[in-house]
Amino acid sequence: MAHYPTRLKTRKTYSWVGRPLLDRKLHYQTYREMCVKTEDCSTEINIQVGQFVLIKGDDDENPFVAKLLELFEDDSDPPKKCAQVQWFVRFCEIPVRKQHLLGRKPAAQEIFWYDYPACNSSINAETIIGPVRVILLPPNDVVPTDLKNEKTLFVKLSWNEKKFRPLSPELFAELNKPQEGAAKCQKPVGAKNKSAESPAWTPAEYVAKRIESRHSASKSRQTPTHPVTPRARKRLELAGLGNSWMSQQASCATLDSPGRTKRKVAFSEITSPSKRSQPDKLQTLSQAPKAPETTRENGLSYTEDDKKASPERCMILRTRIPPLKTIDIRDERTLTPIRGGRRSSVVPSVILKPENIEKRDAKEAETQNEATSTPHRVRRKSSLLTMNRIRRQLRFLGNSKSDQEEKEILPAAEISDSSSEDEEASIPPLPRRTPRTVSRNLQSSLKSSLKTPTKMPKKRPKPRTTPCCATPQIRSRILAAQEPASVLEKARLRLHVSAVPESLPCREQEFQDIYNFVESKLLDNTGGCMYISGVPGTGKTATVHEVIRCLQQAAQANDVPPFHYIEVNGMKLTEPHQVYVQILQKLTGQKATASHAAELLAKRFCTRGSPQDTTVLLVDELDLLWTHKQDVMYNLFDWPTQKKARLVVLAIANTMDLPERIMMNRVSSRLGLTRMSFQPYTYSQLQQILRSRLRHLKAFEDDAIQLVARKVAALSGDARRCLDICRRATEICEFSQQKPNSPGLVTIAHSMEAVDEMFSSSYITAIKNSSILEQGFLRAILAEFHRSGLEEATFQQIYSQHVALCRMEGLPYPTMSETMAVCSRLGSCRLLLVEPSRNDLLLRVRLNVSQDDVLYALKEE
Amino acid sequence: MSSRKSKSNSLIHAECLSQVQRILRERFCHQSPHSNLFGVQVQYKHLSELLKRTAIHGESNSVLIIGPRGSGKTMLINHALRELMEIEEVSENVLQVHLNGLLQINDKIALKEITRQLNLENVVGDKVFGSFAENFSFLLEALKKGDRTSSCPVIFILDEFDLFAHHKNQTLLYNLFDISQSAQTPIAVIGLTCRLDILELLEKRVKSRFSHRQIYLMNSFGFPQYVKIFKEQLSLPAEFPDKLFAEKWNENVQCLSEERSVQEVLQKHFNISKNLRSLHMLLMLSLNRVTASHPFMTAIDLMEASQLCSMDSKANIVHGLSVLEICLIIAMKHLNDIYEEEPFNFQMVYNEFQKFVQRKAHSVYNFEKPVVMKAFEHLQQLELIKPVERTSGNSQREYQLMKLLLDNTQIMNALQKYPNCPTDVRQWATSSLSWL
Repeated sequence: MAHYPTRLKTRKTYSWVGRPLLDRKLHYQTYREMCVKTEDCSTEINIQVGQFVLIKGDDDENPFVAKLLELFEDDSDPPKKCAQVQWFVRFCEIPVRKQHLLGRKPAAQEIFWYDYPACNSSINAETIIGPVRVILLPPNDVVPTDLKNEKTLFVKLSWNEKKFRPLSPELFAELNKPQEGAAKCQKPVGAKNKSAESPAWTPAEYVAKRIESRHSASKSRQTPTHPVTPRARKRLELAGLGNSWMSQQASCATLDSPGRTKRKVAFSEITSPSKRSQPDKLQTLSQAPKAPETTRENGLSYTEDDKKASPERCMILRTRIPPLKTIDIRDERTLTPIRGGRRSSVVPSVILKPENIEKRDAKEAETQNEATSTPHRVRRKSSLLTMNRIRRQLRFLGNSKSDQEEKEILPAAEISDSSSEDEEASIPPLPRRTPRTVSRNLQSSLKSSLKTPTKMPKKRPKPRTTPCCATPQIRSRILAAQEPASVLEKARLRLHVSAVPESLPCREQEFQDIYNFVESKLLDNTGGCMYISGVPGTGKTATVHEVIRCLQQAAQANDVPPFHYIEVNGMKLTEPHQVYVQILQKLTGQKATASHAAELLAKRFCTRGSPQDTTVLLVDELDLLWTHKQDVMYNLFDWPTQKKARLVVLAIANTMDLPERIMMNRVSSRLGLTRMSFQPYTYSQLQQILRSRLRHLKAFEDDAIQLVARKVAALSGDARRCLDICRRATEICEFSQQKPNSPGLVTIAHSMEAVDEMFSSSYITAIKNSSILEQGFLRAILAEFHRSGLEEATFQQIYSQHVALCRMEGLPYPTMSETMAVCSRLGSCRLLLVEPSRNDLLLRVRLNVSQDDVLYALKEE
Repeated sequence: MSSRKSKSNSLIHAECLSQVQRILRERFCHQSPHSNLFGVQVQYKHLSELLKRTAIHGESNSVLIIGPRGSGKTMLINHALRELMEIEEVSENVLQVHLNGLLQINDKIALKEITRQLNLENVVGDKVFGSFAENFSFLLEALKKGDRTSSCPVIFILDEFDLFAHHKNQTLLYNLFDISQSAQTPIAVIGLTCRLDILELLEKRVKSRFSHRQIYLMNSFGFPQYVKIFKEQLSLPAEFPDKLFAEKWNENVQCLSEERSVQEVLQKHFNISKNLRSLHMLLMLSLNRVTASHPFMTAIDLMEASQLCSMDSKANIVHGLSVLEICLIIAMKHLNDIYEEEPFNFQMVYNEFQKFVQRKAHSVYNFEKPVVMKAFEHLQQLELIKPVERTSGNSQREYQLMKLLLDNTQIMNALQKYPNCPTDVRQWATSSLSWL
C-alpha cells in the first residue's frame, strides 16, 4: 500500500480503443480496451478488459482495487462509459470488528478477493485511475513483505463478509490468465516534456496565483454537486465502519514507504510544469532552498539542474508510479460531470500548503544558520520567534491579508510521522479528521464568511459523507443557512459565544504561561501537571485551546517536537472511570472497558516502551472525576511523573482550592504546585473583548458596550454573559427599529433593556400578576408570620388568617379546597416553599421571597 | 303535525349538539395550536424570531419559558413551532426533539429518546447501543460533527425543565448548553418550567453556558379580556356545518357574556385563578348540561358548574358519614379546642364520646367500644384524621396519637347540611358544655 499524493489535479479524458462489439441482447456496446489520457496528453494509459485497476474511492491513499470484467457504453443520453468489475478489498476496508477473523497480521500489500454477490459491480468507467499489478499467490505461499515495488498487490484469500477463504483453483487459474501484457500498455509520452521552460515565479505572481487558485476552488465549490461517483461500492463502504480509525491505521502501516515515493513524485513533476497545478509549483519552489536537506534524505544527489537534465529518470519514475499522477482528490470527484472549462480545481486543503511554505520561508531568514543542528536552547529560541510572530499577526488583525493567513493555517492535529515539512504538506486531508481541527476549520470558514459575505458561495457543497463514517451525524440541512445580511446580524454572529475570535484579548499573560509550560515540557521530553482554576466564563478552556493551536502550528514548523493532543471533559462522561476509555480511544483508537483501558494506559505510560510522542492531555471539569477512592485523579496525575510517560496534563476546574479541598494528600502532591488561576474579567477587559469582536463593525454605541461590561463585571465577570447580553441587545434594537427600517445602532437604552431582562427577578411581576385570591393568601401568610413571629406556618393557621381577612373586607371567603389549590399553585412556581407531597392542614408553608418584596408587590395596585 | 316537526327539529338539534360538544371538548381538553394567543404577543415574537434564527441562520440559542401552570407555555411553543414549520424553507430543514422531565427521569432514558427522535439509531446498522457511556459519546460525537452552515438545526424542547436539573451532575443540560455555545451543530434548547427560581437550580457551569434568555408568561390579562376569552372559547367556528345553529349558538354565547349573573360567576372564577385551565373546567361542566331538550347554555348552567368547581372536597366526605362518625369528629373538635391542637388518641376520643352519650343517652345509641374503634379507623382511612407518626406495629391502636385534618369551620358548615342530624348532636357540636 503506497502513499498516493492527491494534489495532482489533472483532467483526464477517457476514450474507447477499438471497435465496439455490439451486444444485441443488452442494447449496449461493449469494448475491449479503453484509453485514459491526462489533459496535456503527457501520458496515456490503455486499460484492457481483464486487467486490474485502481478506482477512485473516498480514501485517496487506498483507492479501491478491482478487476475489469467488461467495458461498455450505457444507453443513457449522453452515453456514459461504464464498466463491470470484480472487486477486491483491502484489509482496512474490512469492518474493524471482523478483522480479527484473518487470524494473522495482514501483509502490507495484501488484498482480498471480494466474494460478495450483493455488492454492485458496475461503475462509471471515468472513475478508473489506472492499472495496478496484482499477483495471485497459492494458498501456501507467503506474501512477500519487502518488495521494492510498492505498487504490486497480492491476493491470497477471498472475503465474503463472513470469513476469509483460500481462493478456489479455477478462480485462481482464471485470474492469473490476463495478467501478461498489462504493464506494457502504459505509454509514457516523454517527448512532451516541457521542463526546460520552467518559469521562475516572482513572489508577486506567486501570490496572485495563489489567490487565483483559491478563487477557482471556491468557484468549483459553488457548482451543484452530482454524485456520479461509483455508488457501486456502497455496500463495501458500509461495511467499513471505523473509517477514520482505519485510515489512521493504514497511514501508520505505510509509514515506512511514503516518504520516498512522494519525494520521487515531486521530482518527476518538476519535469512537466505545464501539467502541474498551482500548489505543486509552489512546493517545488519552496523545495529549492531546502535542497541540501532533501537530497540528503533521499540519498540522491540531485540539484536543480540535474532535475532538468534527467528526463529519462523521471520517465522511469513515472512509469513506476502511474496512479500517483492520475489520482483524484475525493472532493473533486463530485465535480466530474461539469469539469469542462475548469483547468485546476483545487480542493481547499491544497490551498493551505503555500501558507506553510511561505511561513517557513520567512522564518528561514532568521533561523537558517541554526537549522542544521538544533539543540534545545536554539529550538526554544526559534519557537519564541514563532511566538512573537504569531503575536504580531494577532496584532495586525485589521490587515486582511494577515487575517487570511491566520485563517489558512490549519494545524494538523496529529502529526503522525516525523518526516520533513514537504511531506506534511502533501499529506491528504487525513489528519484533519480529528474533531479539534475540524472545528477550527469550520471557524475559519465562518470567519471568512464574516469578512466577505457577498463573495462567499451561497450554496455550499454539502459534505456528502459516505455511509462509512464511524459515527453518524445530524443530517445536513437541505437549504443552506442564510448568511447575515445587516450589520446587526453580523454583529450578532460575531457576538455568539461559539464564534472563537482570532485572538483572545486580556489573557496574554495566562496564554504565555501555559504556552511556556507545555512547550518546555515538550522540548525537555518530560511530563508534568498544571492546574488551572477560575470561575466559569473566564476563558480557561479557550486559552488552552489557543495554546494547543499555536503549539500545533509550531510543531508543524518543527519548532517543537510533535505531540498528541487529547481532550476529555468531566461533564461529558457518564462516570469518572469512563475517562480511561476516552483517553485510550483518542490515543490509539482502541475500544475497551474502563478497567481494561486503565490497564492499557498504565502499561503505555509506565513501562519503558518504544519512544513515543509526548501526549498533551486536557482534563476539563476536573472536579467531576472525583471518586471515593480518587483512583482516577491519582492515575491522571501519577502518569506524568513516570519517567517514560511523556505526558503533560492540564487540569481545569472552577475552584482554586480544589486540590486542598477534595483531594487526598497523595493526589494533590502529585498534582504539584504548578497552578494558575484565571481572575474574573474586569469591566475594562470585558469592554476590550467586546470591542475586539466588534472591530470594523459599527453596531454598538461605545457607551452601550461600557454599560454591559460594567454590569457584568459587577455581577460575575463572566464573558459569556457579556456576549449574550450584547446579542440580546442587538435583537431588541432590531425589533424596535424595524419600522423606520434604518440600520440601527445599539444604544444604552437597548443594552439596559437587555441587562434588565436577564438579571431582573421575576418574583415581583409574578405576584403582581397573580389572582386576587392568591394575593390574599400571600397577605394572610404575612399576617400569620407577623402574628407568630416565625418564618413558617401551617396551612391551617394561614387559612384561618385568610378567612379572617376576608371577613374584615366583607368578601366571600373561599373554601378549603380552593385555598389549597391556591397554595399549591404558589408552591409550584416557588413563590412559596411547601412540603412536597402533602396536601393537608398541617402542611408547612414558607415564603421564598422576602416579606418586603411581597409587601411591595401587593401595595402597588 | 307540529309535534312531528318539533321531533325532527330536536333530532337535528341532537346531531348538532353532539358535534358542538365534540368540537368544544376537543378545544378544552387538547391544547390545539389553532386557538388564538392572548396577551403574549411580545413573548411570542421573541420566541418565534429566535426559532427562525436557529432554523434559517443556524444560530444556536437557549431560552427558558417560565410561567405558572396553565399560563400557556406549551401553547406558545406549539404555536411558534407550527408557524415555523409553515415556512417552506424551514419545514424540511429542522429536526425537533421533545423531552419531558416527567418521562425522561434520568439522562440515560433521555439520551435514548434523543437518539430515537433524531433517527440516529439506524445509522450504525445492526449495532445495538450497549452502555450508557457509549450512547452518550456517540450522541455527542454526532452533534459535534456538524457546523453552523451545513448541519440541520435541532430544536430541543424540554418540558418540565426543572426536573432535568435534578439529574446527576446535570450532564445532559451541560452538554446541550455547551453545544449551543460552541460551533457545533446548531441547536436551540427551549426549556419550559413553572419554577421562578429555575436559574438557582442550575449548577454554576451549566448556568454560565445558558444564555439567560427568559420568556415570562404571567397571565397578565385583566377581567374584560377574561370575558373575551370566555366568549371566544365557547363560540363555534365559522366552518360549522349547520350555519343556522352556529349562528344561534354564538348569539346565545354573546348574550351570556353580557348577563350579570354570568359575569359574577366569571368574576369569582377570575378572582380565584387566572388559569385558563380552570375556565376550561367550568365550561366543560356547563357544556355537559346541554342536551337536546335544553340546547343552549344558560346562566344557571354556569352557576351550577361554578358551584361544582368550588365545592369543598372534605366537607363533601363529611356529608356521607354515619352519625357515630360525626359524633367522633365532634368529640375530636372539642379535644382540639380544649388542648389547643395537641394530638389525641382513640381512648381520649372515646372518653369524650362516652361523656356525651351518658348525658344524652336517649338520643344516641351507646355503641360497643370495638364498633367505635371501627368507625375511628374508617375516619383514618378517609384521611379525615391522620396519625402524627408513622404507624409502628407494636404500639396499641387505641393509644396512637392522631390529628384531625378538618378545620372547625369546615365541621360546622358540614353539619349544617348534614341530613337528619339529631338535634342533640348539633347542639353538642356548637358547645362542648351544652350538656351541663
